[in-house]
Amino acid sequence: MQSGLVRSLTTFIISILWLLSGSPSAFANVQEHQLANGMKVLLVESPKAPVVTVQIWYKVGSRNEIMGRAGLSHMLEHMMFKGTPKYPKGSFSRLIKKNGGNDNAFTSQDFTAYFENLAAGKVELALELEADRLRGLLLDDKEFQLEREVVKEERRLRSEDDPQSYLAEALFAQAFQMHPYHWPIIGWFPDLNAMTRADLKRHYDTYYVPNNATLIVVGDIKAAKLLPVIKRFFEPIPRKPLPPQQAVAEPEQKGERRIVVKRDAQLPAVMVGYRAPNFSSDDAYALTLLESILSHGKSSRLYRSLVYEQKLALVVGAEYSLLQTDPELLYCFAVAAPGQTTEQVERAIYAEIQKLQQEPPSDLELQRAKNQVEADYVFGQDSNFRQAMLFGQAETTGAGWRQAEQFVNKLRDVKAGDVTRVARKYLIEDGRTVGILIPTPANQTAAEAK
Amino acid sequence: MMRSLRREARGGGRETEAFGFSPEARGSRLVAREFLERISLLGVALSLALAAPLHAAEIKPHRFVTPNGLTVLVVEQHALPIVQIQALVKTGSVQDPPEKAGLANLTAGLLDEGTTTRNATQLAEQIEFVGGALEAKATHDFTTASTRVLAKDTELGFELLADVLLYPSFPEPELERVKKLILGEIIAQKDDPGAVAGKAFSQLVFNGHPYSWPVNGTEDTLLAISRADVQAFHAREYLPNRTIVAVVGDVTVEQVRAQIDKHFGSWQKGPEPARTAAAPAAIDKPVVKLIDKELTQTTLVLGHVGISRTNPDFYAVTVMNYILGAGGFSSRLMDSIRDKQGLAYGVMSQFEPRAAAGPFLVSLQTRNATAPRALAGVLKELNGMKAAPVSAKELSEAKSYLMGSFPMRFDTTHKLAEVLCQVEFYGLGLDYFTQYPTWIAKVNADDVLRVAKHYLHPDRYALVAVGKMSEAKLKE
Repeated sequence: MQSGLVRSLTTFIISILWLLSGSPSAFANVQEHQLANGMKVLLVESPKAPVVTVQIWYKVGSRNEIMGRAGLSHMLEHMMFKGTPKYPKGSFSRLIKKNGGNDNAFTSQDFTAYFENLAAGKVELALELEADRLRGLLLDDKEFQLEREVVKEERRLRSEDDPQSYLAEALFAQAFQMHPYHWPIIGWFPDLNAMTRADLKRHYDTYYVPNNATLIVVGDIKAAKLLPVIKRFFEPIPRKPLPPQQAVAEPEQKGERRIVVKRDAQLPAVMVGYRAPNFSSDDAYALTLLESILSHGKSSRLYRSLVYEQKLALVVGAEYSLLQTDPELLYCFAVAAPGQTTEQVERAIYAEIQKLQQEPPSDLELQRAKNQVEADYVFGQDSNFRQAMLFGQAETTGAGWRQAEQFVNKLRDVKAGDVTRVARKYLIEDGRTVGILIPTPANQTAAEAK
Repeated sequence: MMRSLRREARGGGRETEAFGFSPEARGSRLVAREFLERISLLGVALSLALAAPLHAAEIKPHRFVTPNGLTVLVVEQHALPIVQIQALVKTGSVQDPPEKAGLANLTAGLLDEGTTTRNATQLAEQIEFVGGALEAKATHDFTTASTRVLAKDTELGFELLADVLLYPSFPEPELERVKKLILGEIIAQKDDPGAVAGKAFSQLVFNGHPYSWPVNGTEDTLLAISRADVQAFHAREYLPNRTIVAVVGDVTVEQVRAQIDKHFGSWQKGPEPARTAAAPAAIDKPVVKLIDKELTQTTLVLGHVGISRTNPDFYAVTVMNYILGAGGFSSRLMDSIRDKQGLAYGVMSQFEPRAAAGPFLVSLQTRNATAPRALAGVLKELNGMKAAPVSAKELSEAKSYLMGSFPMRFDTTHKLAEVLCQVEFYGLGLDYFTQYPTWIAKVNADDVLRVAKHYLHPDRYALVAVGKMSEAKLKE
């Protein structure tokens, strides 16, 4: 079923890969080039199979939007498939597919990225198509009107009709009151309705410029041969001045915030978000391991306590990504087991956090977290696509791919005491935002009705 | 690969996809233009390639059968120091007694919750300390259990996999606990309109056949399962002569032989369990089930009995279905329902081939008020496939995609190990990896029209709608 497929999207933003990328072998054959127009090019020769992934990353996401136009970047991503004078609507994906490839795109808070995975011999096709739509997008108004409806369906599917996503959206809107992480990537309905072709055109003209893009090709290529081809397609595209990238800084949070969502749902849920730094802080490494200790696997603390021992929750977890352009959240979540209350679940989460604040993790536990991270890195190398994702995310969030080696070393250097220290520093009551999902009884029974 | 990178603490083998707190599900970190579809191994669903395929021609599995009847397949891949060990046991929810539906799934879910020498905590700690993964799950026709480890931990990978398959102890407290987790998951699935529709759809289409019940059972049937049931099921169904093990990665055939001998050698062969091979019966007229829920969208699932994986028409059906609705933005359904009418974000058709004839279905989500229009659009495209041959362009594009993208279906050790198990399970032959493109190449427009006429039934289908029915205005 398709709604189940939403969950399988987990393949994507896998921030952990970033941390794991310290092994020198991963970077041995990265070549970085800057084109005359400011576009950055990263080429990785990985000849183990006759295929490539081509990805182009733009530094524009919901973070670059303004109040009242939430969702503009994602809408533009959809419109990027609606044709140019040379390649009319529909021809992009059709051309890639008939050449045995797959293509798609994704938008985040910080970036918009497009990719093609295909046979190495077809790499020029992908480059030509990407260069073509970087410059000549039609943005036909009739197509936009139709696509707006598609995006609204996407919003209904992802957010409106999914209680947990709905809660997460509400929580982010509370946690960020001034910074654009306040609004969802997909946008709110009123903003989607208010959007015009002129908005899209302005966004496109502003951000879809070569000096705001990183092109990444990983696979069975010869960099020396490919670079002239890339130059031929992309260098004729002129550079343009970019607006300042600075977003409004979110002020310090002074006290806990709570949001309660009451709606049709089967089970209560709890989500607790803490303001946390990004890659620019050295604390990010200890936080990454802290998150792993809390939530990675059945031996993790949240699972042991809430699911296995106390049987309060069906599912628990935590998320933290240091690859954010601006500091975001480390959050924990739990879906209550039938018959359990959110109060109990919330208390149990805090109890685990408190333990981390009071007592350092054992050497064994810390080593396990590090081992998991390192093993995941090796497993992740199976894929050109993932390597390119990692570089793209690092580049567009401002961390830069070159720093990667430091990251894993710094991760290895984290001491048990560092985990305790960051737990005390960031996982604090006054800095947290709590989201509670309460199923509404009337609808709960309606849902049971046959 | 995907699972290993999930950041949720989750129980292995259970369908925790019912819960939606992953970063993408919450929609706050990343929104993709199109669903990146679940990898459907030998099925026809379009799979998005996330990794580098190997040369199809390079996949030459080494196969041997041990004295106790275990079939072993090995593909050496030494590019990375990783090893995937995948077992497939030829039992699944089709072997559940109807009143104890969920038995195969519960049994699989309990494999890593305690063995005669390790308790649940020890199993989790041992595999997680080395950064590996241990998973088990049941499907309709088979059960899989796997370990993934770094090459230096190969021995541990074999040891733990053998331990959970051969010596699970099914401790009573773990059984009660896991049952409650599955019950919770069944309840939570009611928040997923796709899951609600899917369950109702299976009941309508496979009425009376074991495919009609959910793999994880129902609230009633799960409660009826005792520890003795699980023990008996395991003793009867988990046999070396009913099991396939595929090993892919940085390991040699000789190493595999030695490890298999050491850890699986004592597994006792047993009598082949009795099997009744009843084919699912076709439905003879449209049947409709409307499920009212307070939702902004209506989920529609329409379909009927499809084909089995061993049906000789599989390849023609694959091409036909690509053109109809499995080809993403190249498919007729996507073009009509999404691109021309803006009615849905996602719409797709799929044949899910199983050991017996599995389902064919079209699924989409549209706002409640446009449900009748979307339904009419789907039926129009189904009828269109039967009415006239596909164009030469459609045919050649579908075939070139299917042939060109084929290597991406087994482009990681994990995917290749799963495909190997299924190639063996369905008896497709080890030349599958070289033959698939030629089988697709042979399909012509007449074949496509013939299989469309034979396997699509827009006049006798099951339709399930989940949404706000007062707005959707569909007729029962």
